[in-house]
Amino acid sequence: MSQERRIGDVILNVENVSLSFGGVKALTNISFDVREGEVRAIIGPNGAGKSSMLNCINGFYKPTEGKITFKGESHAQMETHQAASQGIARTFQNIALFRGMTTLDNVMTGRNLKMKKNFLWQALYYGPAIKEELEHREAAERVIDFLEIESIRKTVVGRLPYGLQKRVELARALAAEPEILLLDEPMAGMNHEEKEDMCRYILDVNEEFGTTIVLIEHDMSVVMDISDRVVVLDYGEKIADGEPDDVRANQRVIDAYLGVQHD
Amino acid sequence: MFYREAGQFKSTYQSDQAIFPIAQDRWFMALVLVVAYVAIPMAADEYWFQAVLIPFYVLALAAIGLNILTGYAGQVSLGTGAFMAVGAYATYKLSTAFPELNIVIVFLMSGMIAAAVGMIFGLPSLRIKGFYLAVATLAAQFFILWVFNKVEWFFNYSPSGTITAPPRELFGYLVTGPRAEPIARYYVVLTFLVVFALAAKNMARGHIGRAWMAIRDMDIAAEIIGIRPLHTKLLAFGVSSFYCGVAGALYIFCWLGSAETEAFDILNISFPVLFMIIIGGLGSVLGSILGAAFITLLPIFLTNAPPAIGIHLGTELQKNIEEIIFGVMIIFFLIVEPAGFNRLWQITKEKMRMWPFPY
Amino acid sequence: MEVLNTFFVAPFLDMADSPIFLLEVVIGGLMAGVMYSLVALGFVLIYKASGVFNYAQGAMVLFAALTLVGLMEHHVPLFLAIILTMMVMVGVAFLIERYMLRKLVNQAQIILFMACIGLNFVFEGAGQIAWGSNVKKLDVGIPENAFEVGGVLLDTFDLWAAVIAATMVAVLAVFFQKTSIGRALRAVADDHQAALSVGIPLRTIWVIVWSVSGFVALVAGIMWGGKAGVQFSLVLIALKALPVLILGGFESVPGAIIGGLLIGVFEKVSEVYWGPAFGGAIEGWFGYMAALVFLMFRPQGLFGEKIIERV
Repeated sequence: MSQERRIGDVILNVENVSLSFGGVKALTNISFDVREGEVRAIIGPNGAGKSSMLNCINGFYKPTEGKITFKGESHAQMETHQAASQGIARTFQNIALFRGMTTLDNVMTGRNLKMKKNFLWQALYYGPAIKEELEHREAAERVIDFLEIESIRKTVVGRLPYGLQKRVELARALAAEPEILLLDEPMAGMNHEEKEDMCRYILDVNEEFGTTIVLIEHDMSVVMDISDRVVVLDYGEKIADGEPDDVRANQRVIDAYLGVQHD
Repeated sequence: MFYREAGQFKSTYQSDQAIFPIAQDRWFMALVLVVAYVAIPMAADEYWFQAVLIPFYVLALAAIGLNILTGYAGQVSLGTGAFMAVGAYATYKLSTAFPELNIVIVFLMSGMIAAAVGMIFGLPSLRIKGFYLAVATLAAQFFILWVFNKVEWFFNYSPSGTITAPPRELFGYLVTGPRAEPIARYYVVLTFLVVFALAAKNMARGHIGRAWMAIRDMDIAAEIIGIRPLHTKLLAFGVSSFYCGVAGALYIFCWLGSAETEAFDILNISFPVLFMIIIGGLGSVLGSILGAAFITLLPIFLTNAPPAIGIHLGTELQKNIEEIIFGVMIIFFLIVEPAGFNRLWQITKEKMRMWPFPY
Repeated sequence: MEVLNTFFVAPFLDMADSPIFLLEVVIGGLMAGVMYSLVALGFVLIYKASGVFNYAQGAMVLFAALTLVGLMEHHVPLFLAIILTMMVMVGVAFLIERYMLRKLVNQAQIILFMACIGLNFVFEGAGQIAWGSNVKKLDVGIPENAFEVGGVLLDTFDLWAAVIAATMVAVLAVFFQKTSIGRALRAVADDHQAALSVGIPLRTIWVIVWSVSGFVALVAGIMWGGKAGVQFSLVLIALKALPVLILGGFESVPGAIIGGLLIGVFEKVSEVYWGPAFGGAIEGWFGYMAALVFLMFRPQGLFGEKIIERV
């Protein structure tokens, strides 16, 4: 599958980032860039540091060395809400949804940063407060529509099956109208049809909204199919960086995976 | 068949978001308000006002306050008594210092003072979580009550150490003080409850309510999507303490009339209010009210029911039995229905929607 | 200026003035601290083994003490009374496990805590119905005279309490670290369901733990009751133990000991030297405030484990 996508300039630049926890080095001297509008995959064996890399990008972990430049601004360390307000949204490997809340409420929390009326307005729930709430409800419903989860919008998320929860999590991230979407194994644990659906959604997001996507994924066929460029990590170090076909043929990459090809 | 939504379509988001989307619920609510404002005052006598209804409403208000903090925002607090005390003592000082000031204004100002105190004691919540936080709120509980006990300025140097509500009027009727009519006090307390409950419900369904619940459910994820934990938690402490402060003021001014700090200690307020929200339902305004009803009514029931069927319990025995029943009910609810009365009510409504069909 | 003096200068001058007295106060604090440690120990045991913060520990102390005294009032000899009480506590442990713990497997900590508050009420109510609520004197034959060592006033009873507590701690420490049951207990504390899935007999473990805790409660009850008489206020001990647990961490036996001693000393010293300036009764909140301040710097307590949050 090849798509016509307007891939622009570098929007995110990771430079010489290292991350240690106590004595353990999770990331060593990682550098790569991400261009606006592309789908960038990060792959590697388990424990390679992929999730840690995403965590650095959105400020949850603070790199011990190096810096990350997003939209022209460099940060040695970023706070998570700064990252969120600048347009970085993400999903998590182990689903970090708010279990006690409904799908609709979860998606609405994705809009939280955009809701400005303070609590006094809300207590009154009058005029401008209602207007704001409804505006954002509409935006949330558009996302819900897009991901085809209307029927479960009033269901408490804790009760949903795994595949649907992952979709709701994606919806929450999308509701924030991000410029970069960080997806941590969005297809883990899904069967074939669910994976196809998820792929379609991710590509739709990229094509329709031009959202840049950084994606951690284990399924090689997915990676080959949908990504523009791939970064390969192993034991916290970068061992390859380029287009999918080049990376697949790279001997170091093959060795890292112990010669196991994923289909 | 009576409680059906068939034919009630929502064509706008606004009607979907309403507090009572189902028409029958709206009728029911209207009925409840009519009963509260009209029927009960006609039928009730002084005993019912003083012993049952007024404390029920005041404690329901406090329960809503605690539920905001613990049920919605997930910050466990054992300091409810202390925050109520702040409201009460602030009202006392303001009212005695500025007697011409409208008493409702005084109540609201005391609420804000309580909110400020609540936010200060809420600062640790950034570092300290869950259960350790509960203990930190205990520090607030003991310390604040000690301050009100020891610093004589707070009770205007009265030798007995108690504060007494001075008589104040509203619209020409006495609403505080020993000569205020129970019915006047009843209306004041009821109105505060209705207004504040509405405000709470509004906040809960708005983005601040969602932010609170997000923090409760998974504060790390909340932080990552941009919800600021400190702001959100402090706001929860502030709003919650505001409610508790006003409740505390009403507790003394419209119910007890006078009290010492003991009235607000952990066994008399903090634990009972916590039980109200557990039994009634965490994260629910209706639940807070139901829980308050249960805990206020149980002692009355135990006082009046056994004699009605011929058993006479001594006061001591009755109190102990109450304690055992409380304990068992708490454990029961936590096991069987952690979401409390509120959930039972929702389930009942669900069944009613189906009735007379079983499913 | 006056305030600064009262706070920061005068108390220390007082201390320097009469070091013997200071020593007495400190020792008094240590002795009180031993009592706190005993109660905290009961908490730690249950927490370590089942992840439950047993708020009802204080009430268990009271219940155990009440039962013991009640039996003795019916002229049951001391030794037999202790055994009978122990059997009652084991029976209680069974009931708690069967009707409460079993149903709350793997619930959030706060749920378990609140269930224990409920339990607390049940113990209080039941204890008072069964044995009445007057203050009772508990005499277990431990001598109660004061004597002097090097100019410092000491109390025999307190010394005995310290010795007994120390012995118990040693025994328990060995139990936890060296036996396979101890290991099983620690596994259970970590994750109920995981422990179940590797075949650890959860229920038996819980009965054991609550029984041991009941035993500790009994000893604590005897010590406290012997000193102050068995009365309702013993229940508030549970609350007192909280700052101790915070300082020491909820999962650490040495933490409970050291935490208890520290809080005991802090309270006594602050009450004696700073108390009068504030009209007294600082003891009521000082422990909590100290714990709170401490938590701000080290949210996991002195010996607790640092929690790394993962997403």
